[in-house]
Amino acid sequence: MSDMNEVVSEFLIESHENLDRLDNDLLVLEETPDDAEVLASIFRTIHTIKGTCGFLGFSSLESVTHVGENLLGKLRDGAMSLSDAITDALLHMVDAVREMLSQIEESGEDGGQDYSDLVAQLTRLLESDGAVESAAGTAPEPAPEPAPQTEPEAEPADEPVAEAEPSPEASTPVAPTPVQEQSEATGADHKQRSVADSKLRVDVEQLDKLMTLVGELVLARNQILQFHDVSEDTGFSATTQRLNLITTELQEGVMKTRMQPIGTIWNKLPRVVRDLAKSCGKKMRLEMEGKDTDLDKTILEAIKDPLTHIVRNSVDHGIEDPETRVANGKSPEGILILRAFHEGGQVNIEIIDDGGGIKAERVKNKAIERGIITRDQAARMSEHEVANLVFAPGFSTAEKVTNVSGRGVGMDVVRTNIEKIGGTVDMQSKEGEGTSLRIKIPLTLAIIPALVITSGGERFAIPQVNLLELVRLDGESKSSRIEYIHGTPVYRLRGNLLPLVYLNEQLNLDPVTSDDEDTEEDNAVNMVVLQADDQAFGLVVDDINDTEEIVVKPLDKTLKELDVYAGATIMGDGRIALILDVLGISQRSGVLKRGQTDGVSIHEDEEVRVGSGATTQTLLLFTCGQDRRMAIPLSAVARLEEIKSEGIEKAGGKEVTQYRGEIMPLVRLSSFFCSGEADDEGKQVMEVVVYQHEGRSVGLIVGAIVDIVEAELSVRSNSTSSGLLGAAVIDGRVTDLLDAPGVIASVIPELFTESALA
Amino acid sequence: MKESTLEQGTQYCTFHLGDLLLGVDVQCVQEVIRFQEMTPVPLAQEAVRGLINLRGQIVTAIDLRCQLSLPMREAKKLPMNVVIRTGDGAVSLLVDEIGDVIEVDEESFEPPPETISETTRECVRGIHKLDGRLMLVLDPVAVTAISASEAAPAEARS
Repeated sequence: MSDMNEVVSEFLIESHENLDRLDNDLLVLEETPDDAEVLASIFRTIHTIKGTCGFLGFSSLESVTHVGENLLGKLRDGAMSLSDAITDALLHMVDAVREMLSQIEESGEDGGQDYSDLVAQLTRLLESDGAVESAAGTAPEPAPEPAPQTEPEAEPADEPVAEAEPSPEASTPVAPTPVQEQSEATGADHKQRSVADSKLRVDVEQLDKLMTLVGELVLARNQILQFHDVSEDTGFSATTQRLNLITTELQEGVMKTRMQPIGTIWNKLPRVVRDLAKSCGKKMRLEMEGKDTDLDKTILEAIKDPLTHIVRNSVDHGIEDPETRVANGKSPEGILILRAFHEGGQVNIEIIDDGGGIKAERVKNKAIERGIITRDQAARMSEHEVANLVFAPGFSTAEKVTNVSGRGVGMDVVRTNIEKIGGTVDMQSKEGEGTSLRIKIPLTLAIIPALVITSGGERFAIPQVNLLELVRLDGESKSSRIEYIHGTPVYRLRGNLLPLVYLNEQLNLDPVTSDDEDTEEDNAVNMVVLQADDQAFGLVVDDINDTEEIVVKPLDKTLKELDVYAGATIMGDGRIALILDVLGISQRSGVLKRGQTDGVSIHEDEEVRVGSGATTQTLLLFTCGQDRRMAIPLSAVARLEEIKSEGIEKAGGKEVTQYRGEIMPLVRLSSFFCSGEADDEGKQVMEVVVYQHEGRSVGLIVGAIVDIVEAELSVRSNSTSSGLLGAAVIDGRVTDLLDAPGVIASVIPELFTESALA
Repeated sequence: MKESTLEQGTQYCTFHLGDLLLGVDVQCVQEVIRFQEMTPVPLAQEAVRGLINLRGQIVTAIDLRCQLSLPMREAKKLPMNVVIRTGDGAVSLLVDEIGDVIEVDEESFEPPPETISETTRECVRGIHKLDGRLMLVLDPVAVTAISASEAAPAEARS
């Protein structure tokens, strides 16, 4: 029944509006009986009501409107001409319809009242061709006065108007139980709170305008708050506080009017899934969680198509046919789960299927075939990266192109659309087990909380979505905790290596240093720890100011090319501050290589770079044995540790150490690669690179940590020696690229078999 | 005077840039305002001097001296803003001084001579021969167009 409510209440609202217009129309018709246009309009209205109530199963309502429609049909065709009797009868009919509608509202049924009199009267009129002049006498009630219209010019139903969407609370009156209780309690009063009265249709444009105005108000509020900070006046202070509160509430309220539960777009999906599954000969079950997660209407509109596309894709490509499923030991019925929830100011939408997953090899081959990646790249890609290849333009893996999906324009458009509204999309897939797709989108686009920082004398805003924490290092700890390895700064944040990026350097700003006073204050380092995709990094700024709600304004198209800015905003003092795009900065600084975010290159300029076989990566450089340089991607490194040689123990003939309450296997790289010259035997303290592999940590004992560099990695020779991916020239020196999984697999093969079993 | 010789605007909003007298069709000028405080946009190309807050609207300010490859104006001289309408919102042109709105005869118009520098020719539609001096007619679209290729190389790393 609860599914029904929405439909019924829609119908009620619409019908009430239509009836109001009908009253008017009928009266106009009385004046000008030959107005074909008005007649046609009345006919359409009744026809619509009849059609819908037939569909909803309100039979007595249908029977009344049916005769009415016939009568109107004759009038419209000119077979009859309007008489007072007919007008009266029609008005009675309108009243009856209205009565029944309110009954539906109350009880969900069109009620037991007998309208056979009315039907008979209408039928009589119909048969008598309008000859019955005395019909007025038979009318059960006096002719109803045409109720003064609440909406004199009721909008035509087909005008593109937004439905002020029933928030869950607003729609409760339609729910059967509360309404019944209420109608029992208050009797006739229930009409005052009927559905039609409790809801309004509002033009989206109107809401947009309101939102813009609230945005301006927020700016003005911020401005006043600044005055308040320097003012001593308590009266002013109190007023400001009040203004502050009211503005915040107003903002939330207006934002809420634009919110709709995601269920409104999900509702269409069960049908899509059912039809599609049927046509593909598959069995499907669709589960939805978090239907009432609210989203801004604009965002909802924007994700509607991508979402439908993803769901279609899952059904078409993801789920196998029943026979295959049974053969693979799964239930013949495929499960598709849609899940929506709020997290950290964002909305997460997950689409999970338990289908065949993405066949990594096939995807790779396809991508190579299409020239999206090179063979080299394919070899280095993780399962996760491979899965995200499907978002590349011009990619479609379906072996047979179906009429449903698989035209090859799908997923890249999906991603573009989601990114357009500031969202991200990520795909995880396990071959044979299924695929899960996660979309993260902002709640709203217009007003966002942001951290305001200063760098180079200019203010910048950083969206709080990307913010992890703030770190401030004073004079002493600064020098000891920021480590410069060969000029590249890193910071140990609770033991994890955090690459540092200096905003001044990235934006070519002149740091504003006050040389005259060399106080401790000056030495402090302000670090904003940010999250870009899966990589955290520390952005070093001159000063951290405050958090503020900012109104995002787009930049001019000439400046849109700069991917380090997400837009601009007007600050409390009326000046403009640029909003930093964290993803753009991380890419620019090289913290995040582009390929990582994009899955594969989508920019033209990048394809050129990919073509040349070079990619930029952040690498950890270390020595192994006598001056042999090796490198490993920083992303694979969990930590850098120093362990004492007495901490090394033996287990099953292998070297291990106790690490965070677990036993961590150790691998001496020097004995693996340079067996003759094991240089670390006599050392007291070992440098260990903790490498994370499928949830297990492995310690790689290296000679010394040299540096962290960001290098254009072009592999010069593909090494055939085991444990190496190849060699490259980094910093003017030949450096071996370590194949960590390969080394680990050959030294401790059981680690892999274990994890495979797990 | 001839009132409606051409549909094309014959009224020009003029301004000075060093010794040059320039004009844009008055139809596309939204307003002329004094110097506004600007927020610089790091990494943007040189011509983009910054962003100004025009009653809540964010407008990009483009230095016309830069666009016409003229030497920079002295730091203490504050530029004026000529805000022009383009297809994608308003853009402000930074100029030295504002002149009058003048009405010119279409007959005095001539296309730019071949010898004029390449960068200038891109931004100039033509020249009006006025009494005693010449006025360059700016092409508002070309002058505000800052192609991506000109932009500061995004890949450059410090």
